[in-house]
Amino acid sequence: MSNRRTFIKQVGSISIGFSLLGPFSCISEGKSSAMPAGKKEIDPENIDSWIELQADGKLKVITGKMELGQGISIAIMQVAAEELQLPIERVSIQLAETGVTPNEGITAGSRSIETSAMNVRRAAACAREVLLKKTSEKTGLSMTEISLEEGRIRAGDNYYDWSEIMDGQEQQRVFEPETYYGKTKRKLVGKPVPRPDLEKMIRGEEFYVQDLRFPEMLHARIIRPPSYKTKLQSLNEDLASNSPGFVKLVRLGYFIAVVAEKEYEAIQIQKKLEQTCEWASEPIPSSPADLKSYIKSLPANSNIDEEPGDWKAENKNSTIKASYSKPYIMHAANGPSCAVAIYNDGILDIWSHSQGVYPLRDTIANMLDLPQDKIHIKGVPGSGCYGHNAADDVAAEAALIAKELPGRHIRLQWMREEEHGWEPYGTAMIMEHEATLDESGQIATWNYELWSDGHSTRPTSGDPANLLPARYLNKDFGVPGQGWRGGAIRNAPPIYKTDKFRLTSHIFEGPLRISALRGLGAYANVFGIECFMDELAEAAGKDVFEFRFAHLEDKRAVDCLKRLREMTFNVSPTPGEGFGIGFAQYKNSASYCGVAALVEISEQNKSPVVKKMWGVIDSGECINPDGLKNQTEGGMIQSASWTLMEQVKWNSNGITSLDWQSYPMLRFQEIPEIEVEVIDRPDMPPLGAGEAAQGPAAAAVANAIYKAGGKRFRDLPVVR
Amino acid sequence: MKEVSLKINGKSVSLDIDPATPLLYILRNELELNGPKYGCGLQQCGACMVLLDGKATPSCMLPVAAAEGKEVVSLEGLAKKDGTLHPVQQAFIDEQAAQCGYCLNGMVIHAVSILGENPTASDTEIRKALDQNICRCGTHARILKAVQKARRS
Repeated sequence: MSNRRTFIKQVGSISIGFSLLGPFSCISEGKSSAMPAGKKEIDPENIDSWIELQADGKLKVITGKMELGQGISIAIMQVAAEELQLPIERVSIQLAETGVTPNEGITAGSRSIETSAMNVRRAAACAREVLLKKTSEKTGLSMTEISLEEGRIRAGDNYYDWSEIMDGQEQQRVFEPETYYGKTKRKLVGKPVPRPDLEKMIRGEEFYVQDLRFPEMLHARIIRPPSYKTKLQSLNEDLASNSPGFVKLVRLGYFIAVVAEKEYEAIQIQKKLEQTCEWASEPIPSSPADLKSYIKSLPANSNIDEEPGDWKAENKNSTIKASYSKPYIMHAANGPSCAVAIYNDGILDIWSHSQGVYPLRDTIANMLDLPQDKIHIKGVPGSGCYGHNAADDVAAEAALIAKELPGRHIRLQWMREEEHGWEPYGTAMIMEHEATLDESGQIATWNYELWSDGHSTRPTSGDPANLLPARYLNKDFGVPGQGWRGGAIRNAPPIYKTDKFRLTSHIFEGPLRISALRGLGAYANVFGIECFMDELAEAAGKDVFEFRFAHLEDKRAVDCLKRLREMTFNVSPTPGEGFGIGFAQYKNSASYCGVAALVEISEQNKSPVVKKMWGVIDSGECINPDGLKNQTEGGMIQSASWTLMEQVKWNSNGITSLDWQSYPMLRFQEIPEIEVEVIDRPDMPPLGAGEAAQGPAAAAVANAIYKAGGKRFRDLPVVR
Repeated sequence: MKEVSLKINGKSVSLDIDPATPLLYILRNELELNGPKYGCGLQQCGACMVLLDGKATPSCMLPVAAAEGKEVVSLEGLAKKDGTLHPVQQAFIDEQAAQCGYCLNGMVIHAVSILGENPTASDTEIRKALDQNICRCGTHARILKAVQKARRS
């Protein structure tokens, strides 16, 4: 034993976990360009797929999810540290990486706490129970005399290192542990533990994929056509090759990239070529002004999604109708998308801020006709994405370029106008409601018809058509087909009780490139439903809270709205001010979120100003209340920005929202004061939260504007 | 190519470089600093800000030659030699004023500049100045709290 201990101490931090040959190898923190050595299947049923106990009493937790700024890292670290009774300082985290972490699909849909954190928690609780049991067997002491303390095991008066108890050879499967300390002790869970990554950011340490540097790294830029459907007519290659720093022009079909020694040199060549390239482009049909009628004119895949009871109103005269819409909206990351790739000895390594490294790997493999096991993708945080932005596209482009220039790292970052002009947007939607009230003012019938493009073109099926460059290659992979209907009808069934209801969805293929944006269809659906609830409340002559209570059966929904009413009880809008609310249970299955807004429309400033917003969120068991508040505050502000002023604009020649002036968003002078409260329910399962505020916040703002004596804005954005 | 001499974070450096190259690319690629970020290249978002003689300035369009003879301080130059954070940096940590953090460089640099010029800047003045800086995560309310906290210290 002493020999083994000495060995372990000498090599420092070796995995002693539950398999000495765990999935880790030399790829640990950042930059190695080697493939992970362990090619074995990462079995999510093995404890060591989720946690690695290290000989020095430290813990590495392993997640197949990505840190997007949503604070998932600290939450996952907290649940593991709680089960193993470790101070948080002794815990580190490994983010999504092919061949290293479990394949947890996409970091999306507000599911990371519900899935990854719970997987890690279970593995850590299992590890604890195995450690304690083995210690009992070794020492002969009863379980009550054994405990975990600061990375060591206390058995009576003696302390043992983990490595003295685990022989490291034995593979342990996960099981259902007897106890979760996260439920019984809650020393770390439920506490606002600060994020450890924040100090790295604030000191300017290497943190983002944009920060990665490798010896001899080259810089690439793409020569973009003016519009989506296009063919290259002419390209002056000499213009590129005569430029300073020029290394290579990569030309694969209509996919054109330039590679230079220095980044600014690549940018200058990109500009020169873009100015002189000639393309024949098909016009983009429609315009933002006629979008609503254009959408309705498109062929659609229509479906009745729900129809309990006969929705048709008995008395057509009293039918209340409203037609709402939302425009195309951008993810508009602060930092344009970026990736680094190198192709060496038949192996392609990629560093990416993708939300799904495994699906991306499989899709790039299909695009390049490479075996999946020759591609390795390491997830590295990027600028916040709020859904499927260009992260996968830029990784695919870097891969294409790297393959043409083996042996050198290629760094590619999109320019601002590329990020604005080429990311896949959140689709425009139309939401049309009609309802009748009975004599008592209750909703009798409700018909909801919506029009939407799909909400995801993520590369989850392995189809290269979902990667932007693939449509320009010689082997034309085409464009993605119709997106996922489920995204369009997310939160389309109202939470409110109606015996007679019908939901019809019409899925069209719109003029602009689209994919998943925070909340998918829930933002628009909740906006429409919650505005319509206010319109119905007004018709019924009821208070907006009371009208909702009268149609809610779910006690948690009622509790959430009651808390919001208490928080805002003393708010008394002055003339020119208006107060409004919005509420939803995200996906009708995740967090409950109520939002209120106080809006002012002044004589001088005709545009509404949101002065204050309040939020209440019930996400079941709350792992980190500060993280949850931060996400909710951010969601409320972002949604207020979408609702008030955001709209992608284009003309037949291409997208015209190409910078922060042509696509403005809320800035500091217009930011409301924000107050968020968390309803913590430690006995309940945790519920996804990151997207819960988008819809309620939009409705709260629009309802407040109406109350301020302004108009009922049904077509977003409010300021056009 | 031309020799350009700069003073960055208290150190003098000489580079043989195209003098028209914007300062941002020199800081990130030649001097390997991570603080200043590329956001728009149009001076519209503030992600690339550095202190130029103490004043927050976007570095994405500023030719490196224009920074000659000036004192450039990046995010990396704010902490003391012993690693103690600048009070503004500390306030951002205390308030957990970040989500993705990509905008933090500009926010911190600009806040240092605002409070450097006017240690008692009002909330309205702070908001007006920070209007230059974009945050897409909606962390504004926390960032304002952090700057207010730094103002008190």
